[in-house]
Amino acid sequence: MAAAAAARGCERVWRRAWRRGAAGALPAPARAVACNARGGAAPAGESGLASWVPVVGLEIHAQISSNSKLFSGSQVQFAAPPNSLVSFFDASLPGTLPVLNRRCVEAAVMTGLALNCSINKKSLFDRKHYFYADLPAGYQITQQRVPIAVNGSLSYSLCIDNKMSQMVTKTVRIKQIQLEQDSGKSLHDDARSQTLVDLNRAGVGLMEVVMEPDMCCGEEAAAAVRELQLILQTLGSSQAVMAEGQLRVDANVSVHHPGEPYGVRTEVKNINSVRFLAKAVDYEIQRQIEELENGGTILNETRAFDSKLGCTIPMRDKEGKQDYRFMPEPNLAPLILYDAKSLPVNMNHQQVVNIDWIRERLPDLPSVKRAKLVELYGILPEHSFTLLNEDGLAEYFENVVKQTQMKPKKVIGWILNDLLSYLKQHALPVKDSPVSSFLLADLLNLLERREISSSAAKQVLGELWKGEGKTPLEIVKEKKLELIQDQKELEQVCQEVIDRQEDEVMAIKAGNQKVLNRLIGLVQRATRGRSNPVLVKQILEKKLSK
Amino acid sequence: MLRASLREVSAALKEGRVSATELCQRCLSLIKSTGFLNAYITVAEGTALKQAEESEKRYRRGQPLGVLDGIPFAVKDNFNTAGIETTCASNMLKGYISPYNATVVQKLLDQGAVLLGKTNLDEFAMGSGSTDGIFGPVRNPWSYSRQYKEKAPPKSSSENEESDWVITGGSSGGSAAAVSSFTCFAALGSDTGGSTRNPAAHCGVVGLKPTYGLISRHGLIPLVNSMDVPGILTRCVDDAAVVLGSLAGHDPKDSTTIQDTFKPFELPNLIDVRKLCIGIPKEYHAPGLSSEILALWSKAADLFKDAGAKVIEVSLPHTRYSIVCYHVLCTAEVASNMARFDGLEYGHRADMNKSTESMYAATRREGFNDVVRGRILSGNYFLLKQNYENYFIKAQKVRRLIADDFVKVFGSGVDILLTPTTLSDAVPYVEFIKEDNRTRSAQDDILTQAANMAGLPAISIPTALSKRGLPVGLQFIGRSFQEKQLLTVAKWFEKQVKFPMIQLEEVKRHDCSVFQHQKSVSFL
Repeated sequence: MAAAAAARGCERVWRRAWRRGAAGALPAPARAVACNARGGAAPAGESGLASWVPVVGLEIHAQISSNSKLFSGSQVQFAAPPNSLVSFFDASLPGTLPVLNRRCVEAAVMTGLALNCSINKKSLFDRKHYFYADLPAGYQITQQRVPIAVNGSLSYSLCIDNKMSQMVTKTVRIKQIQLEQDSGKSLHDDARSQTLVDLNRAGVGLMEVVMEPDMCCGEEAAAAVRELQLILQTLGSSQAVMAEGQLRVDANVSVHHPGEPYGVRTEVKNINSVRFLAKAVDYEIQRQIEELENGGTILNETRAFDSKLGCTIPMRDKEGKQDYRFMPEPNLAPLILYDAKSLPVNMNHQQVVNIDWIRERLPDLPSVKRAKLVELYGILPEHSFTLLNEDGLAEYFENVVKQTQMKPKKVIGWILNDLLSYLKQHALPVKDSPVSSFLLADLLNLLERREISSSAAKQVLGELWKGEGKTPLEIVKEKKLELIQDQKELEQVCQEVIDRQEDEVMAIKAGNQKVLNRLIGLVQRATRGRSNPVLVKQILEKKLSK
Repeated sequence: MLRASLREVSAALKEGRVSATELCQRCLSLIKSTGFLNAYITVAEGTALKQAEESEKRYRRGQPLGVLDGIPFAVKDNFNTAGIETTCASNMLKGYISPYNATVVQKLLDQGAVLLGKTNLDEFAMGSGSTDGIFGPVRNPWSYSRQYKEKAPPKSSSENEESDWVITGGSSGGSAAAVSSFTCFAALGSDTGGSTRNPAAHCGVVGLKPTYGLISRHGLIPLVNSMDVPGILTRCVDDAAVVLGSLAGHDPKDSTTIQDTFKPFELPNLIDVRKLCIGIPKEYHAPGLSSEILALWSKAADLFKDAGAKVIEVSLPHTRYSIVCYHVLCTAEVASNMARFDGLEYGHRADMNKSTESMYAATRREGFNDVVRGRILSGNYFLLKQNYENYFIKAQKVRRLIADDFVKVFGSGVDILLTPTTLSDAVPYVEFIKEDNRTRSAQDDILTQAANMAGLPAISIPTALSKRGLPVGLQFIGRSFQEKQLLTVAKWFEKQVKFPMIQLEEVKRHDCSVFQHQKSVSFL
């Protein structure tokens, strides 16, 4: 099914999107179109002109979640006072040497395995040279020649036309994952023409994940990054919060005509959310197509995304092309990893990294978790995506399911429609929800036992959201929301409604059964949601058939 | 007493014949009176006396920390020393006070040794004369010895005599001069292409370059990380073994040190060389080798042969490419290592605020001398993308061939290689500076460099005086991590050659009579 959907997606041509956009004053952000550059499935536009095939590749820097830096013992912490986490090595004092942090290696191996990479049992470190104020050594230690992991893939899903029900799964190849040092931060004070340097971040471990140019639009890039983010968070190898700079995405974008070689690419930087990534990539594609259609050329340049203006602008170019003068890092031996087979017998296990040991301990990845949720609880695949997209929501859902007699298929509606919209309204993460899974389960149990109606349950949820420490039952009692159990009382309310609604009664008697629903609604209103609709229906039918 | 060996003075301290403070004071006063040698850049008088005092207290309590407790030592000024200026003889680091001790310095201090000061060198250890630092050239103590003066042709004016003084060799010339002139009992040098062995040979002291990875480089300001080794300069082989024992072993701060624990050793007194196989590499008969040294070398070979050792000629065919290969690898690493000196975090900063880039440029122009700047320029050229394959990669391959030569020779049953350390004895300063630093380094490192390429341990042993009355050293190169065997053979050789002690009037005046009964000082 997914394949069929993808094929359908391919029939869309980028040109159409562009034309539509160009017709307006400003190009509208391109929609999610599933055009696959590699498949070469980009047919000619309707006008007979060759269409454009956009090509998008990503370079993602993920800060490794570790207590200390990649090559020094300094702590890693976000938003610490400037220059408070700087060792002699981080400040590159003469004579200091790098000492590799094992935790960072393990994080990279874990990530490599999760992205289906081959792990190199021997990888090397190199120096990449350039002068910059926040790079105190004048070089960055990275893995240019032989990185720790290569040749992987990442599967991600995205929906077509923003319809959750039409999801396609795609795969992007992972070229490599390399370990490298983060730089410090420069703060430019233009007023005093000063640059202030904070070295807290200098030397923090990064994993650079290089994705092949297998994507063709902003939505795809965004979906791939979102999936990567989930994987990193599941592994715990990176916190991967874009806003905090733990995940930094640079996009390489180019366009070309089908059958022709790839166009000149630009690199878009300064993207700090998944949403902006989609916008930045789509803007850049549009810009390049427009430029080329107007007879212009694309420069191989670095552009920054301006989130306020929603466009990319050329960055102040470094003078000419940089030659990084790569050189092997002489102070670090090759990084040797072992597996169960190659592990030497009398090796201190604290000092080696065993790939198989890590593989056996990998947690369930998001794709597996989703499949399990679908299988275990009978929910829809798209629901499993939503559950995993919010940190902690899947666990919340499972906790509620455990504590209630309600069917998971019904529980999911309460979670995804009601709870999630409250959370979104208040911009709260799941863990800060004032309604715990225990309280929600309590509430759903009242509903399930038919002690309250569904509309009453919604009212109770609203009360629970206030976080006043009351139980659902207390709220139900206080607000008198229990279903009316007394048959006579209910019959009386029904009678009152029938007496007042002569027109409707006439219509029903004439055979228009749909009108009955309106009467049921009126009864509900009269009882403030305290009546059981099934029972009300029975009573009304009985009374009207007389 | 100052002329005693480290082990002798250690025994004197233990027996109470001299106190650590007294010893320290004498060294300090000799440093002052031999100041014209320019061996020291910084003399840490205050801290040295404090350390000596502490040591004295330990001796009085009967709880010295070991053989090194109270022993005055000096350190080349490219090792970090907390609280004491570390300059690398460069404007770039003039006035720089490091917040930490190099591991080797820390180890010596932890064992109670007394740090007298920091010794002179070529700027950032780039040179073979100890003539190219901002604090001026180091003078070889032998220039002022009776042995040298007696041989010198008569001079008419004192001005001429002034021009006779000879260089120490380098780049650890300050450390070699310090040990040679008796201002300390041991000194640390560094050895990248021969920088410890070369001045040791010229100054008539023992210079040991241990196996790469045996001693921590943490805190040694690097020249070529893949070849640098802290070097040990002492008066005799036994002393070198003592210092080696206190420094060697794994350092968690240097990932290139060996994991195995190092067992300090003492060298036997009775040595049988009959089971030994000594290799004489024919390529070390290099152009420019003085006939005097050649004769000494073959005499040394005969010594072994006569004692029953097997002596055979061997070949290390790639040695002749060593210099050009070293030039590429060294300058590439220099270019990289020097990148951190940008004037931002520490060291010299030019008074230039037009832009960050112009500040970098001015800082580096003012901070580095021509030699350093020249090497940075060449190194960056070799590392350019278009040149990397043709130069750096090729040089790495040649380096491997050079190392493989040694593996083959040692694999064929040779235990130790015997070679000259230098092509000739020390030349007068006025002669030396007629050639530029690059030419000199290329010539002078020729016999020592290959051991660094291969990471092998090597030691220079003072062997005899030349016709001009200057020291000549021969070099032994051993198998990786076989320091014990290397030093044992060196000790045997040392015993045979009975190298004469330097006769310095200056020192005679300073020394006292405590040791007069001892043989070691009775030669005057």
